[in-house]
Amino acid sequence: MKLLLKGGTVVDPGGGQSGPADVLIENGVISDVLSPGAGPKDADVIDVSKMTIIPGVIDIHTHLREPGFEYKETVASGTRAAAAGGVTSVACMANTDPVNDNGQITEYILEKAETTGVVRVYPVGAVSRGLSGEVLAEIGELAAAGVCALSDDGHVISNSDLMRRGMEYAVTFDLPVISHSEDMSLVADGVMNEGFVSTELGLPANPPQAEEIMIFRDVTLAQLTGARLHVAHISTAGGVEVIRRAKERGVAVTAETCPHYFTLTDDAVRTFDTNTKVNPPLRSEEDRRAVIEGLKDGTIDVIASDHAPHDIVEKAVEFSYAASGISGLETLLSLSLQLVRDGEMTLFDVVEKLTIAPARTLGLAGGTLATGVPADLTIVDTGEDWTVDPRAFFSKGKNSPFAGRSVPGRVKMTIVAGSIVYREGAIV
Amino acid sequence: MSESVEKVWERKDLLGIRDLDIWEIELILDTAESFLEISKRDIKKVPTLRGKTVITVFYEASTRTRVSFELAAKRLSADTVNISASTSSAKKGETLIDTARNLEAMAPDAIIMRHPIPGSSDLLGRHVRSSIINAGDGAHEHPTQALLDAMTIRQVKGGIAGLNISIIGDITHSRVARSNIYCLTKLGANVTIAGPATMIPTRVEEMGVRVVRTVREAIRDADVIMMLRIQRERQGKVLFPSDRDYARFFGLNLENMEEAKDDVTIMHPGPINRGVEISPEVADGPFSVILEQVTNGVAVRMAILYLLIGKGGSDEAAA
Repeated sequence: MKLLLKGGTVVDPGGGQSGPADVLIENGVISDVLSPGAGPKDADVIDVSKMTIIPGVIDIHTHLREPGFEYKETVASGTRAAAAGGVTSVACMANTDPVNDNGQITEYILEKAETTGVVRVYPVGAVSRGLSGEVLAEIGELAAAGVCALSDDGHVISNSDLMRRGMEYAVTFDLPVISHSEDMSLVADGVMNEGFVSTELGLPANPPQAEEIMIFRDVTLAQLTGARLHVAHISTAGGVEVIRRAKERGVAVTAETCPHYFTLTDDAVRTFDTNTKVNPPLRSEEDRRAVIEGLKDGTIDVIASDHAPHDIVEKAVEFSYAASGISGLETLLSLSLQLVRDGEMTLFDVVEKLTIAPARTLGLAGGTLATGVPADLTIVDTGEDWTVDPRAFFSKGKNSPFAGRSVPGRVKMTIVAGSIVYREGAIV
Repeated sequence: MSESVEKVWERKDLLGIRDLDIWEIELILDTAESFLEISKRDIKKVPTLRGKTVITVFYEASTRTRVSFELAAKRLSADTVNISASTSSAKKGETLIDTARNLEAMAPDAIIMRHPIPGSSDLLGRHVRSSIINAGDGAHEHPTQALLDAMTIRQVKGGIAGLNISIIGDITHSRVARSNIYCLTKLGANVTIAGPATMIPTRVEEMGVRVVRTVREAIRDADVIMMLRIQRERQGKVLFPSDRDYARFFGLNLENMEEAKDDVTIMHPGPINRGVEISPEVADGPFSVILEQVTNGVAVRMAILYLLIGKGGSDEAAA
């Protein structure tokens, strides 16, 4: 079966091309990217005039919550949220219940993805058993079952020796280690960024140095072990700088940030809106600027959502008691495109952070429109603005601080392996 | 030529001082002054709030603030109900919003809440129609304390604008300090803060205060010295090494009082840790207005209840 996406503009940083082109899909893979009008006559044609065709967005930081927290999200609902956000692949974190620290759980998630999911799912295995930070998880078994990386995300591995051993063991199986970098003794009972806003609000706070210190430890351990380190959700100027210097030294480190860290600051917490509570917390304007600069100069490789859906019962409480996290899959692409709208980055560079860079970081398929690659694509109208309405999210998590915000870039169609999974507001 | 514009109190809630306009603060203080006299009568009761219901919900132990509010309500003839955390539904897992909605279903006119988490009063204010009065939310705000402090200073000094007022102690964890900083700077005072660096919050200068390193510096030019209570329960969090060390370097005593102005006024929100943040000689000395603060507390709370759930108030102010 041939499918021709006709009349659009292709932006494919992985293939190094950008401009008007038609995309031909055959048997679920990209068969060709052609000059406009040069496609075969016998193909089914989808008119994507005025649309932008990009490789399917790959989100390497998602919490699908299944097994264990199905009331917050399931593989089914989370992958639908992904599709609606133009995301064709998600790497899902291990902090489920039971924790994904053994092959059976990995297989369970993969089976759920196969039977109920609509986009590709790549499980991330735990570094430590039960995310305890004390004993190594069965990393070999996890690798054999098909995890794409290792991480105790959501929990910090405070024990430096365990982090070292986890990295060393991961090298054997060529798995990257994703770190959640916070010095928990400095975080203490902090629930927001330490700064002028926390001083005014009187909320317990943690300093940006809590992140910086732990990133420094982890890049040092990466240097020691030779492991591939990926630093999750960078939020601070200090963190960006530590990674910049580590990269200059040749350390095998990659890094990601999330839209909330380059869109919001701790000023948003003034409302005591628990949807602004994230971990690490929203930081200062100086940090926000540094994160954007880190994206621009390549210090930060990837934009990820850190999609953390929660039920209303976990957010409709006092700020300190609220769960941390933003339901982010459905706003990931648009909030990233705001960087283009604001003149901070080119469309080409932003798409790179969302497609080929995450694919390379975790060694995943896709991320480009090269011939022979699985046909995962996102078709977006970058000129159409829309207003974020969490009630309309496909995700079970309606926890978004962006409700009511007008953002650019309406996802028109999401294609996985050549099949349309999302089109104009509906899962197909 | 100035134009006289009548400003009318329209607030549903009193959540903090930060959002209050200067005219609102002055209206509360003026109203409180007019209520002071009621507490001096043989029969300390007026019918102003007859038929109104006031509920106090305290998620933290507090005797003096709760009693002060209760007396204020009773002196205005409101019916009062007190709920303490030990008997509240919080222990049974009910959320704050559910508790508030259930209380509201019993049609109170005002809910006065103390709660350990900053922003909890704001949360409540968004979910119920009753007037919410913040009686202290964590380290965030304690507006009635700041108002009673301002009232006391006005009485003693004749005004607040231009005064040098020093607040000494654990600023980081103090709602009293925050509300007072907002209130006193709005009213034109020069506010200085001092305490161990472990208790001075980040970038506090941006609140419009001067930070000094030693208590002696804070004492030297002060017209008013406001000492804060040491929270003994926080000693385990390495904020200061010992009571002894704190008393010596950050307490107010006869020795460092020699640095003070002859007409200095000493305040403390209570209860006092005698011999730690303030020595008994100073606490009970001629400059102390600690008990006047308590008296004024009832009047300020009467004023707040009157403005929120009474017939309302208005003030003439020059635009």
